[in-house]
Parts: sequence; structure tokens; C-alpha cells
Amino acid sequence: MPDQAPHPVLQLKDLTRVHGSGATEVHALRGINLDVFPGELVAVMGPSGSGKSTLLTIAGGLDTPTSGQVIVENTDLTTADRKQIAALRRRSIGYVFQDYNLIPALTAAENVALPRELDGTSARKARTEAVAALREMDLDSLADRFPDEMSGGQQQRVAIARALVGDRRLVLADEPTGALDSETGESVLALLRSRCDAGAAGVLVTHEPRFAAWADRVVFLRDGAVVDQTLRSQADSLLTGQAAER
Amino acid sequence: MSIRHGLLALLESGPRYGSQLRTEFESRTGATWPLNVGQVYTTLNRLERDGMVVQDGEDDAGHALYVITDAGREELRNWFRSPVDRRSPPRDELAIKLAMAVGAPGIDIRDVIQSQRHHTVQAMQDYTRLKAQATDVSPDNRDDVAWLLVLEQLIFQTEAEARWLDHCEARLVRLSLMNTQKEKQRRKEQEGAADAAGDGTDGQIRPADPAPTGEKPSPASRVGLGRSRSR
Repeated sequence: MPDQAPHPVLQLKDLTRVHGSGATEVHALRGINLDVFPGELVAVMGPSGSGKSTLLTIAGGLDTPTSGQVIVENTDLTTADRKQIAALRRRSIGYVFQDYNLIPALTAAENVALPRELDGTSARKARTEAVAALREMDLDSLADRFPDEMSGGQQQRVAIARALVGDRRLVLADEPTGALDSETGESVLALLRSRCDAGAAGVLVTHEPRFAAWADRVVFLRDGAVVDQTLRSQADSLLTGQAAER
Repeated sequence: MSIRHGLLALLESGPRYGSQLRTEFESRTGATWPLNVGQVYTTLNRLERDGMVVQDGEDDAGHALYVITDAGREELRNWFRSPVDRRSPPRDELAIKLAMAVGAPGIDIRDVIQSQRHHTVQAMQDYTRLKAQATDVSPDNRDDVAWLLVLEQLIFQTEAEARWLDHCEARLVRLSLMNTQKEKQRRKEQEGAADAAGDGTDGQIRPADPAPTGEKPSPASRVGLGRSRSR
């Protein structure tokens, strides 16, 4: 947890999202407020239909709220124009999907370099950055492999590298472990955790409590509203106190 | 929890003093189930009575050195060979609490579930953090490996509980939806009956609320899942 009060990387303010209208109106989100700080991993849990995926797509600029504000690195996505949003998505926001979404015709390094190249970085520099990012995550041995030459867990780790290459500090992960077995899923979470420990801000949507437990904060959604949230307790002595009573 | 077999297992690697056994038991299990020295000696006395261990001399301070016997080794082997019995589960306070919350007046069972979920997930966060610190264990260090296994057991156990709570909540929501549908169906049927009576009013005289006189309370209200709160 950050000590001094830094500025949140992501701020959601009074966020609402209504799908449809009239009799078929569905309130997917009802007044969500959430700040995510650098170095913090926040997990969002809730039953299906509770609005957790809607929250993430809006935070990532893939969908627009009915009302409220989405502020990423001081830019309000709800008032920014399309060009600004696109730039923000290239430079500030990384998205990790359940099915990895790597481009099959590109190697791992090329996949990671792609957002940088799209952002105008020279191909050579983008490649150097990509390889550095992969090395930092112990994935450099995968640099020249194509997605179909990698396991699911490896692809997902490359996707995390792609989400965080460059100066991007916000990673949004939508059920990133959904298609992975338990141990591989854990290695993906460990990587996400270490990226947040290194200063990124992360939002993880999951229905798996064991993966949510890697987060600093777990936010529970129900019917589009935050009903509760947990903070990681600071005590390291948790295994001595209550255990003696049993 | 079998302290008895835990001590036998430690004694199989060689003679030990009581205080040594206590320290080793705790370092193997990461002090998850702390033992006091009294428990250790009580257990050793019983083991001695049952012929599983014998005393073999004392140190200068008069502490007895314990050695496992053949009978003790046999007992230990049996313990490792046989599964832990799960068919006579110990009383579970949470299961009892939820069972009692069904229909308890003034209690919203969903609040009970959420407050437990909060606690359980927080415990998982703490265990997971300890685990993240424990993963660079050396595979040769018995204590490190054992501690990791114990920690992961705690994580899986709390996970099972969190999932069960999710399931309980989903189950209750489904039951209450079923109930709403039944209610609708019944209203329809009552209206249908009124229409069929054909008294010329074309079903326009309808009671605002199809008076549920003398009916059993609905399952939704019985499980404390009234709709008044959330929608």
C-alpha cells in the first residue's frame, strides 16, 4: 500500500450504466465509486450479472457510462474525444482478456511491441522495449515464439507484458485465469501481483476467490453496486492468535 | 488434530526431548497449530503408557529423552496408510449459523453470508501474502516445504468456504425467484378463475392484493430474502 497520498491512476465517480430503456431497462451499474492507486491490485468479485465486466469495459474506455466520470491518469474519458481516448488506450491502459487475444501472426515480442509501434515508436525501439519487458518478467525465452507455440499460461503472461509495455500504469484484467488450470492461473496472478508491486495499478475481475486473494483490496459487487470491500490486514501474526482457540 | 501421530512422526527420525518436539512440530506446520509444552508432555505420557515410546535417559536439567518403539512405528505406519475420516465431520459453526439464519426473525441471511465472505476472503488474502513470501522455498528444506503445504491447505479450505457461500447466495436468490414466479402464476390462475366466472365485469374488479389469507409464508420470506431491501 502506498504511504504518501499519491494520485489514483483510475477514478470511477458515481458511475452508472443503463442498458436498454423503458420496460427492458437494465441497470448494470448503479453509482460506483472506486479509486485505484499506483502499486495497488484491486479485485472485483460478484455473481454473474452483478456488473463486474461492465465496470471493467467502461474503465478501459471500451464502453461509455450513462452518467458519472471515468478518470484515467487525469483524463476524463467521458469528456475526451475519440482520438484522445484512443491515445489513452494506447499509452495508459493495458487490457488482459480471458482468451489472451494475442495476434496469431506475430511473435511474442512483436505482440508486445505492437502497441508501442502504433503509438509512433520506431519499430526497432519498440522491439527493444518489448524484449526488455519480456526479460523483466522472465519471459525472454518466449520472445520469438508465435502464440500457437506457447501454452495458455505463457500466452497470458505475454499478454500481461503487452498490457504494461511502455509507460502504461493501468492494467485491467477480465477473468485472466479463466481458461487456465489452477497452478498456471496462479503463476499469471503472481506476475500481475509483481507488476503492481513494481508500481502499476491493476483491476482484476474474477469469480475465483483464490485468485482474488492476491489483491490488496477485494470489492464485492451485487446488482451493480459495491456492497462491501475488504482490505488486506496488516497483521503477520494471523496464524497464531485464533489458531490457538481451535 | 493428531498431536500424537505428529510426535511419533518426528520421533521416527531419532530420539528427541519434549521441548525439541514442540519446536519441530511448530516449524514443520508454521506454528499454525501452536502446542504448549504441557500438551507435548501429556501426549508423551500417553504414548509411553501405550508402549509407543520409551524414555532413554535425561539431560543435565532432568528432561527425559524419548525414543519411538516398534509398536510406535507400526502405529505411525498405520496412520500414514489410512485416510483421515471425513464422514463424521466435526461440528461446523458456520453451517450451523446459516442453518439457524434461515427464517430467523430480523435477520437477512444475505448479510450473514456477506459478513462471512468478507472475513473469509480477507483471511485468504493474508494466507496468499504469506504464501507469496514462502514460494522461494528450497526443495531440500523439509520445514519450508511442509509449511508451504500447510499454507496452501488453508488457502484451499478458505476458498472452498468462499465458493460455498457464493453458492448459498445464488441458491437463495434462485429459490426466491422461483417463489416470485409461483406467486405470479397463482395470481394469473385466480384472475383466470374470476374471468371464467363471467360476471360481466370482465375481470376488472380485482383485489389489489390477491388476499393470501391463511397461506403459508412464502419461501422467500421464510429464508429472509425479502425483496424490500435490494430493489
